[in-house]
Amino acid sequence: MRWQDWKSARLPPNTRSAEFKTVNKKIQIGVLAFQGDVAEHIEAVKNAAVKLRRNVSVVPVREQRDLTGLNGLIIPGGESTTFYKLCQREGIFGEIKKIKNILGTCAGAIMLSKNAQNKTKDQVTLQLMDVEVARNAYGRQNDSFEADISTTLGAMHAMFIRAPKITRTGKNVRVLAEHEGEIIACEEDSKGKYYLALAFHPELTTTLFHEHFLHKVFANS
Amino acid sequence: MKEKNLKQAKGTFALKAGLARMLKGGVIMDVTNAEQAKIAEDAGAVAVMALERVPSDIRAQGGVARMSDPEMIIGIQKAVTIPVMAKCRIGHFVEAQVLEALEVDYIDESEVLTPADEEFHIDKTRFTTPFVCGARNLGEAVRRLQEGAAMIRTKGEAGSGNIVEAVRHIRAVDKGIAELKEFLRQKQMKKIKDKAAEYRVSPELLIQIAKLGRLPVVNFAAGGIATPADAALCMQLGVDGVFVGSGIFKSGNPRKRAKGIVDAVAHFTDKKKIAEASKGLGDAMAGLEIGTLATKYAERGI
Repeated sequence: MRWQDWKSARLPPNTRSAEFKTVNKKIQIGVLAFQGDVAEHIEAVKNAAVKLRRNVSVVPVREQRDLTGLNGLIIPGGESTTFYKLCQREGIFGEIKKIKNILGTCAGAIMLSKNAQNKTKDQVTLQLMDVEVARNAYGRQNDSFEADISTTLGAMHAMFIRAPKITRTGKNVRVLAEHEGEIIACEEDSKGKYYLALAFHPELTTTLFHEHFLHKVFANS
Repeated sequence: MKEKNLKQAKGTFALKAGLARMLKGGVIMDVTNAEQAKIAEDAGAVAVMALERVPSDIRAQGGVARMSDPEMIIGIQKAVTIPVMAKCRIGHFVEAQVLEALEVDYIDESEVLTPADEEFHIDKTRFTTPFVCGARNLGEAVRRLQEGAAMIRTKGEAGSGNIVEAVRHIRAVDKGIAELKEFLRQKQMKKIKDKAAEYRVSPELLIQIAKLGRLPVVNFAAGGIATPADAALCMQLGVDGVFVGSGIFKSGNPRKRAKGIVDAVAHFTDKKKIAEASKGLGDAMAGLEIGTLATKYAERGI
């Protein structure tokens, strides 16, 4: 028998051993840690990992070397102008763009977007995800609100703090939640990249979205 | 301060304290006009504090210091996209109402302004806008929390350019918390209750703090920060972020100093980065010995 014959049999890969590998697989998640609710995200990742019984380590990211070996990155809530300035000064914008899986909440969603309205003159986003976001679109702090919302992942309570609005989504973007006619959660899973953008702060109330993100990171790693 | 589980709600304590969480690890800068506010935003400040005179000028010029002119606050709100905070006098709840009407993002009930009430602070639970208050020690901090403050900062000594008081206050709050933790560990509830009576707050608040091992809200340093190293010192002592008042716009090169302080706070454990951030900033503001001060702002509103 020639070797081509073996190949033509097209046996499926050994799923049992692959499964065995995923169970023990360890992933590393980074949280951009210049500023914002970093500790809350680190806590949420740890709790989500416990719930999923998966092996996840989570590290704060402040410079280039912190980005090596990351399977996923979380850009937390905070001030997007500050994130942008500090990323630029650190020269890590390009490196962040190479990361395959990114979750952005509030300011993080602005960072992920292709385009943001009401940003400062020199502010540039990562332009990774095919969405448009309007900064502080609900108004100032007095208009911040909390609400029970329903998402494709289930019902939850969400905090909207000087929140942005997701005003446009591209064709590869799937909407995960809406609230009063506004898109508040969406994901883009294409070309081996996975991005998840949320207008609110799941890290303050639930691990649902962190579990979802970890699932995707495991599947993509 | 009890929260109802409403379907949708504004002005809840979780939202007030939530905004402060988003400011963690950041620098909030005192600014007196739109141009300074832009410099602060460009430097990477997470918020600005709009006020008519920076503390060192209030100190030098004397007189009654009041809430800023609304027009000036609106000008700053228009100039920047980051949160805008403003100060009202201690106990002056009408100034606070005005600031709420202007939709400032945070109100600082501040000892830097001349107090309007020597006995009562503002009942901050009556407002949608969140409040930050100064504290010299745990007693002051928990009284402000009991009144509804959603964020605490050290008083330090504003306008002095001297970090010694801020350090004293950070350590005093820590010491108070350590004491509570020890009471809890030894299950000495009587002592916690006595402390609560001494501080004039509910024992539940103190038990919560003992369990958390920290204040239950975000805690910034303020009062006397003049250099990137001052800011990083406060961060390494365990605060969540810093306010810089006179330190930036009373220095030789505000733009560069503002950026240096932001960098030092973002990388507060990295001594090389702090060194880099401290290079060639020009003159720091002139500092004052605490012993020589005629008025200690920190003694206001206890």
